[in-house]
Amino acid sequence: MSAPAADPAVLIDPARIRRFGALYVLEHQIRVMRNYRSSIVATAIGTPFIYLFAFGIGIGTLVSANAGRVDGVDYLTFVAPALICMSVVGIAAMEFTYPIMLGFKWNPTFVGMNAAPLSARQIVDGVVLFVALRMAIPAVAYYVVMALFGAAPSAWGAGVVVTSVLAGLAIGTPIMAYAASITEDKGQFAVIGRVIVLPLTLFSGTMFPLEQLPWFLQWIGWLSPVWHGTELGRQLTYGATEPIWLTVIHVGYLVVLAIVGWRLTVRVATRRLDR
Amino acid sequence: MPSTPVIVAADLVKKYGDFAAVDGLSFEVAPGESFGLLGPNGAGKSTTMRMVGAVSTRTSGSLAILGLDPNRSGPEIRSRLGVVPQADNLDNELRVRDNLIVYGRYFGLPLRHLRRRADELLEFAQLADRAGSKVDDLSGGMKRRLTIARALINDPRILLLDEPTTGLDPQARHILWDRLFRLKEQGTTLVLTTHYMDEAEQLCDRLIVVDKGRIMAEGSPAALIREHSTREVLEVRFGSERNAGAAADLEGIGRLEVLPDRVLVYADSGEAALEEVTRRGLQPMTSLVRRSSLEDVFLRLTGRSLIE
Ligand SMILES: Nc1ncnc2c1ncn2[C@@H]1O[C@H](COP(=O)(O)OP(=O)(O)OP(=O)(O)O)[C@@H](O)[C@H]1O
Ligand SMILES: [Mg+2]
Repeated sequence: MSAPAADPAVLIDPARIRRFGALYVLEHQIRVMRNYRSSIVATAIGTPFIYLFAFGIGIGTLVSANAGRVDGVDYLTFVAPALICMSVVGIAAMEFTYPIMLGFKWNPTFVGMNAAPLSARQIVDGVVLFVALRMAIPAVAYYVVMALFGAAPSAWGAGVVVTSVLAGLAIGTPIMAYAASITEDKGQFAVIGRVIVLPLTLFSGTMFPLEQLPWFLQWIGWLSPVWHGTELGRQLTYGATEPIWLTVIHVGYLVVLAIVGWRLTVRVATRRLDR
Repeated sequence: MPSTPVIVAADLVKKYGDFAAVDGLSFEVAPGESFGLLGPNGAGKSTTMRMVGAVSTRTSGSLAILGLDPNRSGPEIRSRLGVVPQADNLDNELRVRDNLIVYGRYFGLPLRHLRRRADELLEFAQLADRAGSKVDDLSGGMKRRLTIARALINDPRILLLDEPTTGLDPQARHILWDRLFRLKEQGTTLVLTTHYMDEAEQLCDRLIVVDKGRIMAEGSPAALIREHSTREVLEVRFGSERNAGAAADLEGIGRLEVLPDRVLVYADSGEAALEEVTRRGLQPMTSLVRRSSLEDVFLRLTGRSLIE
């Protein structure tokens, strides 16, 4: 047969592409994600049960027996906002590394998008939107399970989904900028996971209040999006209190980091795709 | 009727550091024309295609695609191009048909339209029975056809094909040529690169021979052969040790090219040349008379073979 004739009824509108390009990228990523939906759903539901059970029944019982309450609440309630934040940050560390390398190199779909009318910026925006969604889905599940465990007593509890995703973006977009810049995989992502993400997670007032760390380690917490995100989460889930200026710092730090990383990625990707 | 060219490149240059991958190309492509860039590895073909495809910023020179400057109107230009890159970039995590639909969405086309269009294009690419397959399960030729189908999803004004058949077996190449030929017949403007002279002869109305980022010659395949070669070529082999020595005895029969494995004698009649060779008492191990090809043109112009 011959090639199908052009359809004059369908006009391509550059203005529409300019406006919605990032959403087309998001749509593409969602289609790909559907291949993994059962494992995503299973992990999203399974993870909070396992962690909350271990921390609530296991460690929580131990802590309550020895130390009583932490920050005025039982240990599970204290630690739950940290667990959800760590879980979301873990997803960010995955989704902002290998898939970025994949799209530029191993299966260069970003190159294909760019050969179509999409700009580097739209591609990056679309991927960031997707990862935000990819973090939000399990975060919602996490919050629901937290609520079931009675670990999110405040009415504002659901806000922890937003603060956790914000923390994920804050740690993730700078990593994404780095991932977009590397051309050979020499195990850098594993190093990032162990040398950056893990310490930022463990030494950041997650399992215990930051003040309990020796003063010379406390700066790690101040650098860590996980600490800022968790502290915000604690205010939302059980009404932890802190000076307003500190809250402003938490939010400001996370937002600035997320935006700087995001913008940086756009720069790197623009240069990389234009060769 | 003179028509406005869809591509105009003048003194086009692309440098990587100090190295000029494309070093002053000037050419025009008319609507409906099938235009080729023929050249060896590293000639700058892909680099040129990326600039024409409005993804790579030129270092200097001027370039207009559909009357627009890619520096200023990249997305507008790209929305009217179809691109088949040298390295496939289909999404291996999506099925065959979904690859077309997702790609069509990048052009802002509605899903309803794309579903129908995807089916038509799969039919055209002879992949209708593979619509639900994983991309990884396709053969190299099928992936190439799928990439071409994908490039047609937006009904492009110009189709850019970077080495469409490199790495395919002869049968797969012929299927692909047939599809491209149909597009050409329907008036799609084709711009393709290749280092296969037979491909260039089959598909191109006109081509430029490129080497080291520069144009060595330009014209239709037939005109290039007429201009730079003889009608026929006699290929004689005396064994790799003796080719160079025998060449001295072949002087005067025609222009000679001594290759490691054979000697080429350019003559209007290959048979007559062969008779002369035998008359001189030379006994080649094998001899072959064939028509001149673009390979000979390239050899003449650069002293090197197209495919090393
Ligand atoms: N991004 C880049 N950075 C540096 N050098 C490059 C880059 N892209 C291409 N080159 C160099 O430019 C030259 C031309 O490359 P190009 O890919 O355009 O050649 P080609 O004609 O397409 O070759 P092939 O037939 O192998 O595909 C080569 O020497 C190549 O190494
Ligand atoms: Mg090439």
